[in-house]
Amino acid sequence: MVMYAIQRVGLALLICFVAMTVLFTLVYVIPGDPATIALGPRATADTVARFRMEMGLDQPIPMRLANFIGMVLRGDLGNDLFSRRPVATMVMEVLPHTLALIASGLGWAVLLGIPLGCYSAVRRNSLVDKFTAVISVGTISIPSFVVGIYAVLIFAVELNWFPSIGAGEPDDRWDQLYHLVLPAFSLGLGWVGYLARIVRASMLEVMGENHIRTARAFGLREPRIVFRYALRIAILPTVTLLGLAIGGLLSGTVFTEKVFARPGIGQLVVDMVASRNFPVVQGTVLVTVGLFVLATLLADLVVAWLDPRVRAGL
Amino acid sequence: MAADSVLSIEGLSIEFQTPRGPVHALRDVSLAVPRGSIVGIVGESGSGKSTLSLAAMGLLPENATVRGGRILFDGADVLTMGTAQLRALRGRRMAMVFQDPMTSLNPVLSIGAQMTDIQYRERASAAHKRAKAAAMLRRVGIPDPEQRLDNFPHEFSGGMRQRIAIAMGLLGSPELLIADEPTTALDVTLEAQIIHLLRELRREFKGSILFISHNLGLIAELCDHVVVLYAGEVVEQGTVREIFHGPRHPYTEALLVCDPARIDAVSRELPTIPGDVPNLLQVPAACVFAPRCPKVFERCRRERPGDHAVGAAQSARCHLASA
Amino acid sequence: MSAPAFDVPVVTIERSGFLRSRMIRRLLGDPLGLLGLLLVLAVLFCGLFADWITPYDPFKIDVPDRLQPPSLIHLMGTDSVGHDLFSRVIKGSQIALIVGVLSIFLSLAAGLAAGLAAGYGPRWLDNILLLIFDTIYSFPVVMLALAVITLLGSNLQTIVLVVVVFQTPVYARLVRTSTLAMKNSEFILAERSLGAGAVRILARHILPNIVGPLFVLGSMDVPSVITLEAGLSFLSLGIPPPAPSWGRILFEGYSRIFDAPWIVVAGGIPLIITTLGFTFLGESLRDMLDPKLRRVL
Repeated sequence: MVMYAIQRVGLALLICFVAMTVLFTLVYVIPGDPATIALGPRATADTVARFRMEMGLDQPIPMRLANFIGMVLRGDLGNDLFSRRPVATMVMEVLPHTLALIASGLGWAVLLGIPLGCYSAVRRNSLVDKFTAVISVGTISIPSFVVGIYAVLIFAVELNWFPSIGAGEPDDRWDQLYHLVLPAFSLGLGWVGYLARIVRASMLEVMGENHIRTARAFGLREPRIVFRYALRIAILPTVTLLGLAIGGLLSGTVFTEKVFARPGIGQLVVDMVASRNFPVVQGTVLVTVGLFVLATLLADLVVAWLDPRVRAGL
Repeated sequence: MAADSVLSIEGLSIEFQTPRGPVHALRDVSLAVPRGSIVGIVGESGSGKSTLSLAAMGLLPENATVRGGRILFDGADVLTMGTAQLRALRGRRMAMVFQDPMTSLNPVLSIGAQMTDIQYRERASAAHKRAKAAAMLRRVGIPDPEQRLDNFPHEFSGGMRQRIAIAMGLLGSPELLIADEPTTALDVTLEAQIIHLLRELRREFKGSILFISHNLGLIAELCDHVVVLYAGEVVEQGTVREIFHGPRHPYTEALLVCDPARIDAVSRELPTIPGDVPNLLQVPAACVFAPRCPKVFERCRRERPGDHAVGAAQSARCHLASA
Repeated sequence: MSAPAFDVPVVTIERSGFLRSRMIRRLLGDPLGLLGLLLVLAVLFCGLFADWITPYDPFKIDVPDRLQPPSLIHLMGTDSVGHDLFSRVIKGSQIALIVGVLSIFLSLAAGLAAGLAAGYGPRWLDNILLLIFDTIYSFPVVMLALAVITLLGSNLQTIVLVVVVFQTPVYARLVRTSTLAMKNSEFILAERSLGAGAVRILARHILPNIVGPLFVLGSMDVPSVITLEAGLSFLSLGIPPPAPSWGRILFEGYSRIFDAPWIVVAGGIPLIITTLGFTFLGESLRDMLDPKLRRVL
């Protein structure tokens, strides 16, 4: 297990380094002067000069890259072009809101989707199974921001059950939760169906395997067979998927935070794109990459912990 | 017959529902496993051997329909039992060893976990159950059993996994152990070891064994009684001696002739039985072996033969035996 | 075709006309697949003939008629400057399809090339490509898109570029898996011993087996690309106005959601129809091709 963990962490770090390099080189891949291209033709000479300094455009490339990576490792993500505020601070201010959104969105999807998938597999062709199958396909394909907008239309505008703007009063936990309901709902809806389907397919496959027949042949009780013998194997692809889901959710929060006017890194990034504030964009994207790599790393480690074959390198 | 049989199958007929229609997998099958004996079922692929064993355990797939007959385990009909009753039998009074050791154990649970799980009905401490499992592993020839209880199936070879399966099967001291082609997936040396193990264990463990195989040699070595299955029907049965020294059904004769282990004459061609096993979507009207039988005559194609007693314990389903 | 049918993990297709007509018959029997096909055809129709079927000029501003709810005159109502929403929606299908089809097509081509190179070429190339793919995967797609847009501005080229960068690894991986599986098969080894060159092997044996499933996969990805563009337009970072992207309509409508809710309805409905249609159709096709793909995808 330890060997596997070390290898996996190593790979994660490698990917982070490559990602940093990619983000770093983005500015140079475009022909022409990176500063004017990044800032646009209407940028003032002052801004251009500051951009050049900020991005270290006067030094040779490998040095710049090394500098950049060094900065990131020290937690310095550069500074906002205009306000000069450290990017890291700006990100940390709003990150908790995004994390809360992602956690609640994925959370409810997991709490509903996995049991649904399990039930659908054990009671195949039941009403629940058929209903879930049809609804799943629908909810999977509809974009989450469309769900968000319509949720606002129905539940906030027409029915006035939930608020549509903001994250709520900073000191009031209940108010914050109240403001999370609609955003978490719209972010997670597609994932409920997706998880249900994956779990169902996985369970059906595992339940058909020979070792389950052996468990039955020894008279084990059905709940034990479903949970300890089947689900433990069937859940593995889902765990991997959950790690990948974080990436999709990090993308989705960009839209959801806009729809619900919630603070968060999505909101931050979008505002900065409009003003072509590249250091902030770069820093924020880097943070999301880091979060995503961490999520997939954790997912892989959990799978290895649950499945001894993975640990053995099979 | 029924009194001292641990398992008695009477007139069993089973169909499978398939998209192309019902497949008549077993037709009017009757056999008995006397207490304390080893009965072998021999047949080609598709003869219905596995269906028979799964039916006895109540493990038939969803598309199987029982069209008639009874399966009496110690006098009680398995086919009419509810899930709870069946569960009470399985693993305790009746146990099974499956054919493929690579897929019949749960890959993510340790051997110890699986072996203690199946003892769930016993009121004993976890340590006791573990010790019992270790003892059984030692008995089947797994070295260093206390350590190896914490290993996972993929850490064992195929031969060892099959030993573990046998250990699991015997853990509850069952009255009947059904071994469904336990050595088919193993190479010849391992096969010999497993058969040797079963022979040893049989002396200590006082139950019966129902041993299924396509290999006549194994049956001859291990079993007391033989049941010959062809295309879903019992065509002959008797003691090993009766069957191997005096077969009365042409199929049994042909099987013996074609067994590579018994061939003395040097020749370029191996003897075979010409033709194919019939497609069981159509129930054959008369004798099921008629299309391939070297001794076929006109009555065979017209009239289905009955079971005729031809020896003390031997019977054959053939018109030739009615003489 | 003289090549024997392969049992390749993940991608297999039998090449026979009989199979295609069987596919069509099975498609007709699957209600969701049929519905999907109809929806996709409707969208394609709108996209192709938009300029002829729009009841009004989608760009025509008609201020006196602004903010009208849906009626017989304006089927979906009008927006804040008097555009007829129905016409804008139909015109928007052109944008959606161009973005979707163009980017997926380019991604498929790039993915095919990269996958073949990775699978059939030298080991070091494979390793480098895999590392690049893994790195691209580690970016949440919208974040990457925003980074690129910050530098290159928001327009069609940028969006297509982002999609290509993001989707190519997906297809490349698939192609690579098939190529690797086939590369070491005995059949190919036999061909190579007979002197067949790499190009011949790739073109005659590996390619035909991959093209079908790739096509199905690509068509299933079209809705996500359309959704991405719509989302970016919703953030005012997509295809710039006055192009009536559905996302743009949503953007304009969202600020008016209290007094003119029909605008967001107009923007969202076509998105839902398109994504549902492609998804239903794609699922049907994929099940027909090989139910085992369900697990992989």
